[in-house]
Amino acid sequence: MWKNIFTPNKEISKTAYVGAGIVTFASLIIAWSVLSYGGLVNPLFLPSPGQVIKTAISMFQSGDIYRDIGISFSRVALGFFFAALIGVPLGILMGTLRIMEGAFEPIIGFIRYMPASAFIPLFILWIGLGETEKMAVIFFGTFFQLTLMVMDVTKNVQHDLIEVSYTLGVNKLQLFKKVILPASLPGIVDTLRITFGWAWTYLVVAELVGASEGLGFMIMQASRFLKPDKIIVGILIIGLLGLLTDLIFKAIYRASFHWMKKEGS
Amino acid sequence: MVNGAKLVIDNVRKVFSTKNGEVIALDQASFSVKEGEFITILGPSGCGKSTILRVVAGLEEPSSGHVYLDGKEIKGPGPDRGMVFQSYTLYPWLTVEQNIAFGLQLKGVSKKEQQEISHHYLELIGLKGFEKHYPIQLSGGMKQRVAIARALANDPEILLMDEPFGALDAQTRSIMQEILLKVWEETKKTILFITHDVEESIFLGDTVYVMTARPGRIKKGITVPIPRPRDYHFKSSSQFLDLKGELLELIREESIKAVR
Repeated sequence: MWKNIFTPNKEISKTAYVGAGIVTFASLIIAWSVLSYGGLVNPLFLPSPGQVIKTAISMFQSGDIYRDIGISFSRVALGFFFAALIGVPLGILMGTLRIMEGAFEPIIGFIRYMPASAFIPLFILWIGLGETEKMAVIFFGTFFQLTLMVMDVTKNVQHDLIEVSYTLGVNKLQLFKKVILPASLPGIVDTLRITFGWAWTYLVVAELVGASEGLGFMIMQASRFLKPDKIIVGILIIGLLGLLTDLIFKAIYRASFHWMKKEGS
Repeated sequence: MVNGAKLVIDNVRKVFSTKNGEVIALDQASFSVKEGEFITILGPSGCGKSTILRVVAGLEEPSSGHVYLDGKEIKGPGPDRGMVFQSYTLYPWLTVEQNIAFGLQLKGVSKKEQQEISHHYLELIGLKGFEKHYPIQLSGGMKQRVAIARALANDPEILLMDEPFGALDAQTRSIMQEILLKVWEETKKTILFITHDVEESIFLGDTVYVMTARPGRIKKGITVPIPRPRDYHFKSSSQFLDLKGELLELIREESIKAVR
């Protein structure tokens, strides 16, 4: 099982591959345990793994956490939904019509470098402290990247595929519907998967100011009351939710694009 | 205009503007193709032979000159001119059957008729039983056969082929050539076939047009006086080898110019 492990670009045995991942995880937990159980760090800053598990169990038992998860999930999902609702069609148009690219690429390319978090004060002035403001942060954090990535995917549709379609008799509208859209759909789903991951990272930023519930709010509260175990639980929950949505997108991808797999028909 | 010709290419010139100035891809290119004829165009790489085909397909507009199909000037691409590219251009999300029926579906042909036609062509190209396969499951040669079937299913006036076997290995290519001849004999389509392979141009063509290096024009047209149906034995006949020698000479002169 040690064969080739230090040879560049060579396949290694599955055991070695999976084992390497487990070792990394285990090292992290061991280091954490040594630091906390060994009394090397004040538990006020770094609670032990056991303490975090205990806190997690009690948080789920008391039930408040479900409400936080629910509200955070709906903020992320809705903010992202609107970003995708506008970003996907716009990206497709920008990828296919040069005039649309010329009109929108420069401005989007400019805005996407502006930090979404810096817009929070403006959003509060413009739309107040409600749910819309939270969604606006998530929308702002994902929309511009998403649109540009969809544009790139659409642009990369093989040129010959478009030309051969003309020789088979498509008109412009049919070219969109029957060629460009199905050809870029796998790339679009993959783009959505990646940008949805980013949406989660904007959640805490969105709930930093003016929130009274949600995972980000819970984390901020825990910091105020010096409860690092709760902070870690909150972070882990966000991580797991992100992983879960990632897996869902991957499942959608596999189920929808079976024509990309070599085996079976 | 030549009377009774299916396709007339009349003094076509094509200039591309690039960063380094203008490139004349085609200049004074003229020839005509009769109904049912199999024409091969042989040229060194970069001589503009693909440009001719793209102009006929309507994918490029000539800078000057005209192209007529059945007496009507060509303006833009259309389903009356089927095209097969060197690169694989099947729709990867459609099955073989759906790929072949793509043009028919656009025309609004009934589902039943679509199926009949696609099965007819599948049988013709020897891929019966592959109806439900996706392109990713096919070899390169199979993909190109499906691409030919897809173009033919539309019943075009002319079939344009741009080095369709150029990406295939030598053995597969020679089998594909025989399959193509069989298909041509059955359908009697007019075919314009671009290649840089001397043997291929002789084996397939009624007439071989040799192109000059850039700017591309027709250097010489050579009729292949060998009866049909042809099979691979013909490639070792003395007649074939003589022609091959003559064409190799012609193409070599142009290749040297192109490399310089």
